[in-house]
Amino acid sequence: MSATIDVPSAAPQASAEVRHVTQVTWKTTLVLGVVTVLYGVLLLLAPHEGDSRFALSNAGDFFTIPVVVVPAMATAWVCFVIAAIVTTASAWLTRSARRLPAWAVALAAVVLLVGFLAWAAAGSPRDLSVVGLLGGAVLLSVPIVYGALGGVLCERAGVVNIAIEGQLLAGAFTAAIVGSITDSPYVGAFAAVLAGVLVGAVLGLFTITYHVNQVIVGVVLNVLVIGLTSFLYSQLLVPQTEALNATTRFTRIGIPFLERIPVIGPVLFDQTIIVYLMVVAVAVVWFALFRTRWGLRTRAVGEHPLAADTVGIDVVRTRYRAVLWAGAVAGLGGAFYTVVSINQFGKEMTAGAGFIALAAVIFGKWNPVRAALAGLLFGFASNLQSVLSVVGSPVPSQFMLMVPYVVTILAVAGLVGRSRPPAAEGVPYVKG
Amino acid sequence: MRDQRGDPAEGKAHMRLELRGITKRFGALVANDHIDLVVEPGEIHSLLGENGAGKSTLMNVLYGLYEADEGEILLDGVVQNFSGPGDAMAAGIGMVHQHFMLVPVFTVAENVMLGHEQVKGAGVLDLDAARARVREISARFGFHVDPDALVEDLPVGVQQRVEIIKALSRNADILVFDEPTAVLTPQETDELMGIMRQLRDDGAAIVFITHKLREVREVADRISVVRLGKVVGEASPTATDAELASLMVGRAVELTVHKGAPVLAGSGLDVEHLTVTGPGGAVLVDDVSFSVKGGEVLVVAGVQGNGQTELTEALVGLQESVTGSVRLEGVELVGRSVRSVLDVGVGFVPEDRTHDGLVGEFTIAENLMLDRSDGPPFVRRGALQLAERDQFAREKVAEFDVRTPSIETRVGRLSGGNQQKVVLARELSRDLRLLVAAQPTRGVDVGSIEFIHKRVVATRDAGVPVVVVSTELDEAVALADRIMVMYRGRVVGIVPATTPRDVLGLMMAGISPEDAEGDAA
Repeated sequence: MSATIDVPSAAPQASAEVRHVTQVTWKTTLVLGVVTVLYGVLLLLAPHEGDSRFALSNAGDFFTIPVVVVPAMATAWVCFVIAAIVTTASAWLTRSARRLPAWAVALAAVVLLVGFLAWAAAGSPRDLSVVGLLGGAVLLSVPIVYGALGGVLCERAGVVNIAIEGQLLAGAFTAAIVGSITDSPYVGAFAAVLAGVLVGAVLGLFTITYHVNQVIVGVVLNVLVIGLTSFLYSQLLVPQTEALNATTRFTRIGIPFLERIPVIGPVLFDQTIIVYLMVVAVAVVWFALFRTRWGLRTRAVGEHPLAADTVGIDVVRTRYRAVLWAGAVAGLGGAFYTVVSINQFGKEMTAGAGFIALAAVIFGKWNPVRAALAGLLFGFASNLQSVLSVVGSPVPSQFMLMVPYVVTILAVAGLVGRSRPPAAEGVPYVKG
Repeated sequence: MRDQRGDPAEGKAHMRLELRGITKRFGALVANDHIDLVVEPGEIHSLLGENGAGKSTLMNVLYGLYEADEGEILLDGVVQNFSGPGDAMAAGIGMVHQHFMLVPVFTVAENVMLGHEQVKGAGVLDLDAARARVREISARFGFHVDPDALVEDLPVGVQQRVEIIKALSRNADILVFDEPTAVLTPQETDELMGIMRQLRDDGAAIVFITHKLREVREVADRISVVRLGKVVGEASPTATDAELASLMVGRAVELTVHKGAPVLAGSGLDVEHLTVTGPGGAVLVDDVSFSVKGGEVLVVAGVQGNGQTELTEALVGLQESVTGSVRLEGVELVGRSVRSVLDVGVGFVPEDRTHDGLVGEFTIAENLMLDRSDGPPFVRRGALQLAERDQFAREKVAEFDVRTPSIETRVGRLSGGNQQKVVLARELSRDLRLLVAAQPTRGVDVGSIEFIHKRVVATRDAGVPVVVVSTELDEAVALADRIMVMYRGRVVGIVPATTPRDVLGLMMAGISPEDAEGDAA
């Protein structure tokens, strides 16, 4: 190359960019306001006198935190006032075209939750176990988090994964049978991975190779897996429960030292290997997607497959690989039901967790870490119900059962800001 | 791997490209019919032809995106067998695509490295190496591209440079530019020509695909003209526009639009402070005011994507977040539904005819009555009046010279030019008080362009105010009585059609007409 030719830089420009105006959205304020008002009305109409008892430690911790006893109504009203202040601040900020910081929203949510718990547990002779609340939340969120990771992997490559529910269920079913036959939860979990991969392979075959509408294939796969496992369950597992549907479960493995930290010790560091693996999986999926060649190509295929093709990336193979990995992860999540949670398979035992996982994917903006956090939130909402029934809460349990779904709808409705899916998601890649 | 061959600056392998008898069919359509082409290293070989002549198909065959039905590709006399773009790239062919092949949410460095990523350890991306590569190539050509910028945040001119960097980073010896100037301002086009010359002087073989005669004559060393899938001849860059055009179209072509001085009517369209805000708060049309009298053509010029589309959509009520006022003969249009805007007498030719202008699966007859489906004469008591409809369709097909086997032909099967004539026939057959036409001749063959221009001028001569959006400077100058240039949603200036091209070009880059005249002088 000879000397550089002097190519002028971009022509002098009067003003470089399109003007932007800030658009104010009242969504956050509105939701905060409605929830706060409803909460206030609840306190007014159904006051609960008495004290609320929160238990914070377990036996065996390094030190014992005494049970916290608070006057229920006073606590509830203080929480109401704080939430009202945050709501007012949000309204004021929105008026002046600014946005409420995320930590303030989180504060309002936590405060409302504490206030509600204080109200619900008022006068109960039993302690409300915070460890039970959080620990149960972690457990309930395990299949959701695995499912969400599977969803992120699949959708980042441009394939909509409605079939998470089916993958979880297939994983649970297979783990139950194989775990029972071999008497090993490890072999059972491995079989669940294969079952998830199998469902993923069918999804891939129809969506990637045959360009069938991805949503339809996903829905059909769910129905297929539900039907198949229910049929086999009644024909095969029920008559031979002892041989085929009684697994050995994973035992908890406490991490020495850490498990004895109050509150978080038992919640995080005295779990089964499936739970530890979940934390590892979140980190690995994140690293793989955003720091490796495989991830760059997978994301490229999900955003602009033609561009990927023109630089020599095999779109079909890349998508298959992502879909199969996604199936493996979701399948492992399904194993949780039968080799961690309880030791046998039950008809449709996933009960919609796959769809909640799908919501976590969207709530988490297709980012594995955020999606996992969303999964934890949904798990927490599910667990609230069982904890409150233990302390004898006055709220009908049916209402509490709705909570995770209400949280899901609010979350997906855009409470977290705009969520942008991979551009080529749902679009089959057809070569010219 | 080629990547190990070292810096392309040293020891450049000068490569000769030869295509022999390339044939590509899509069903019954022969897109490429035994095409022969030789491109020597160190030359810019232009492939000139109309839209749909088969230029892009040929290049997609060369690039491995399509498989040829017959013929072979030779590099330095060696027959190649490309099964995908990866093979073509490995052999040294780089392509700057008409629609950029960039992932918008990736950074420049990520886009450049995609497909041949440098890695350290087990597949972990080495982004630093990619950044260095971008900086090195960028510096060599004076590109000023930031490797960490997100591609979607970059102006199109810079995005195109990223495409060029992408090709160069793989040491391409043969570079194909597919309609590269469609999205550029005239100044950016000049810069691109400079880059192409530099690459040529460096020994690269360059294929320049275009339908713009001016550019061909300016930069090409050799010209091959493609018509209906065949190479119909070679031309020298010294040929005149008229010679090139007639070779391209296959007959003598009228390049100028004949129109008399405008006869202005009293009232017309008055637009004041029109502002359109898009989702996310971007102000797409920013405080635009202008007026068009009856009997006048105002051409809205500018590089694609500077708010022209949104402006036309706002005029007919297709945009949601609109403030300001649009008055037609004193009647306010902002806030009305599209239906009532059309009823006032507005004809609208949308920018994307296949998407917004026509229902491809409907017949010509059905498409021609789409806007009058709510009453007589075509609908009575909820029932379609087929006889009236077909009678109307036959008249319009004849009047607008729509080349079709029958009025029952599905519109999607027509060529771009004939589709556009159907849109025009429908819109012009109402009693018009305003015509808004967005890019009416884009992707249309030269014969149809002449026809469409004539109809637009006839509408103007009937005393109707006409607003035409065009991104082609030649068309703007030919058709306009006045030209309004838009840049980043704002009006740069409204000037007479006699304004020199270089002034208009500078205005399209956002420079006010006063400064532009100073600069151009």
